[in-house]
Amino acid sequence: MVVATIVQAVNMGLRQELARDKNVVVLGEDVGLNGGVFRATDGLQKEFGPDRVIDTPLAELGIVGCSIGMAVNGLKPIAEIQFSGFVYAAFDQLLSHAARIRMRSRGRYTCPMVLRTPYGGGIRALELHCESGEALFSHISGLKMVVPSNPYDTKGLLAAAIREPDPVIFYEPMRIYRAIKQDIPEEEYFVPLGKANIAQAGDDLTLISWGSMLKTCQDAVEKLGNKYSVELVDLRTINPYDEETVISSVKKTGRCVIVHEAMKTCGFGAELIASINEKALLSLEAPVVRVTAPDVPFPLAKLENYFLPDVDKVLKGIEKVMGF
Amino acid sequence: MPKKVLKEFKVEYLQILDESGNCDEALMPKLSNDDIRKLYEMLVLVRVFDQKAFNMQRQGRLGTYIQFKGQEACQIGSAFALQDEDFVFPMYRNSALLIARKHPIVQVLQYWNGDERGLRSPDNVNNFPIAIPVGTQATHAVGAAWAAKLQGKKQVAATYFGDGATSKGDFHEAMNFAGVFNTPVVFICENNQFAISVPRKRQTKSDTIAQKAIAYGFEGLQVDGMDVFAVYKATLLAVEKARAGNGPTLIECFTYRMCDHSTSDDASRYRPKEEFEEWMKKDSIERLEKYMRKKELLDDAYKQKVVEQSQQIIEKAVTEFEKMPQPDPKDIFKYVYAEMTNRQKEEMQELFGN
Ligand SMILES: Cc1ncc(C[n+]2csc(CCOP(=O)(O)OP(=O)(O)O)c2C)c(N)n1
Repeated sequence: MVVATIVQAVNMGLRQELARDKNVVVLGEDVGLNGGVFRATDGLQKEFGPDRVIDTPLAELGIVGCSIGMAVNGLKPIAEIQFSGFVYAAFDQLLSHAARIRMRSRGRYTCPMVLRTPYGGGIRALELHCESGEALFSHISGLKMVVPSNPYDTKGLLAAAIREPDPVIFYEPMRIYRAIKQDIPEEEYFVPLGKANIAQAGDDLTLISWGSMLKTCQDAVEKLGNKYSVELVDLRTINPYDEETVISSVKKTGRCVIVHEAMKTCGFGAELIASINEKALLSLEAPVVRVTAPDVPFPLAKLENYFLPDVDKVLKGIEKVMGF
Repeated sequence: MPKKVLKEFKVEYLQILDESGNCDEALMPKLSNDDIRKLYEMLVLVRVFDQKAFNMQRQGRLGTYIQFKGQEACQIGSAFALQDEDFVFPMYRNSALLIARKHPIVQVLQYWNGDERGLRSPDNVNNFPIAIPVGTQATHAVGAAWAAKLQGKKQVAATYFGDGATSKGDFHEAMNFAGVFNTPVVFICENNQFAISVPRKRQTKSDTIAQKAIAYGFEGLQVDGMDVFAVYKATLLAVEKARAGNGPTLIECFTYRMCDHSTSDDASRYRPKEEFEEWMKKDSIERLEKYMRKKELLDDAYKQKVVEQSQQIIEKAVTEFEKMPQPDPKDIFKYVYAEMTNRQKEEMQELFGN
């Protein structure tokens, strides 16, 4: 076991996979000599050489498009996009190609690649460095969408994502990159995609979240003390998400609050509520409440705290459901 | 059949004032002594600003800040050739350009402190808000120039970007449209040799960025980006050409980032100190001082006065900036649509009450 932060867990996971399989390559802007702007790839180029840990020209579409070609022809590319707000230049490549190669070639070609990118706000970063686009990517069939919330899951999910036969978007919670330290195994282990984690069991209410908001939810639950017995579900994979765990939890508790950092309209919370309505409506004691950002673009640093869900907003949501 | 040569190309380089302060008078653009002093005073002002903003960031009085040291002449020299009604489409490293184009210094500070109000451009000048994504502004400049052309306005649009940006499709699509539609646009590439840690050589196999214009059917040239006369002259010629209906130009300002990429970066991880020191000798302000001294346009007293004057201007702006009331949190809803949606109204109520 070794103590690691999320960003160190990413680094360990990448090192492990680069060492295991010579077809794994890491590519992106500043990932080589500089070790990534968050140091997620620190030391990797030195260890594995510039042909496997590759500084690319500044072109997100190029990075993703070339990764697709690499994946089709036998490599296992792990593309880094420096901030999630810059993935959009490559959206066409993801939507029109990465997601469809298996289908369009009737299984002859596949696109086993991973796109890693730090996402989310809360660190007073510049414009477009704080986006939470998990719902956008989850709306594309053919892509998988993963968001870890702690160091252990980060390494295990990353290893699993790299073994996936299909393209995976791997969203790293930038805000808590260094905020949580955890003992994690140095050796290989997997956290399977598509499986939620019950971070805390409870009977009164199901609280669902993922990524950096999980910590906010944990803090809220802690603040609640013994007032209610909360079941905290960490979704971990957004698409395909673990519907079974969500539904059985909601059936048990009868009440649900969903917390996400992305804005409300068409956020992933909407999809969860639709599923709950389809499969657990008659178990509900109260309407499901969403605690999300409002429908505005992510504001600049000075006002970001008004935008972001926080402990008080989560508690307010919980009281609303419990007091119904 | 013998092979024929269909086309041959050359790429020109313009330097008027070298690093020792020697000037090629034959190439010198028309500039009065007052103009030269104005250019000098502007260069000093923005350098004082840059240093002050950096210090404030380190003291926790400003958010993430992007310095521009080494690129003053690119921004001040080109701004001098543009009119207020011309459009500029800047990038994040263009604080000097904005200051030269009448953006109040208080607002520049506000922006770098994460306050949206800093982005509001004054009405008497056409400055677009800076682009944070690399390269995305280039097509906007082409569109604005195109609109000017179609509406018979005598406006020119200029767009600024780094060497890294020339790797993006945005740049190439902008260049192509500009060529095809002969729009009155000036592309100004501030080639500071790095995109964060990635050296220019890794962005393109071309020997120059200037030559990329040739492929799109118009003129590209490289200028010494630390020579304010060369940048001014190249921009002026490009602007006049564009205004006369003769289409776009790409100007590659060959310069160096004499600072970290941003206040979150540490360039010593990837850049040799010797290289940095070599470039420091080429500094735009120092060479202009040498020239002005020879021409008796500058002496120690004047030099001192310019620095003090600049410090006063900046200090005054800083004081004003620090006294500004906080932004109204409701502002996050204010400019999303012309009219708020019902859901936004509901969300605003939920967040702030009445
Ligand atoms: C589309 C996009 N990708 C990545 C980034 C992160 N980033 C900010 S500046 C920068 C380097 C830009 O280099 P260059 O275009 O040469 O301009 P410079 O910063 O050197 O002035 C990078 C990679 C970004 N802002 N936008």
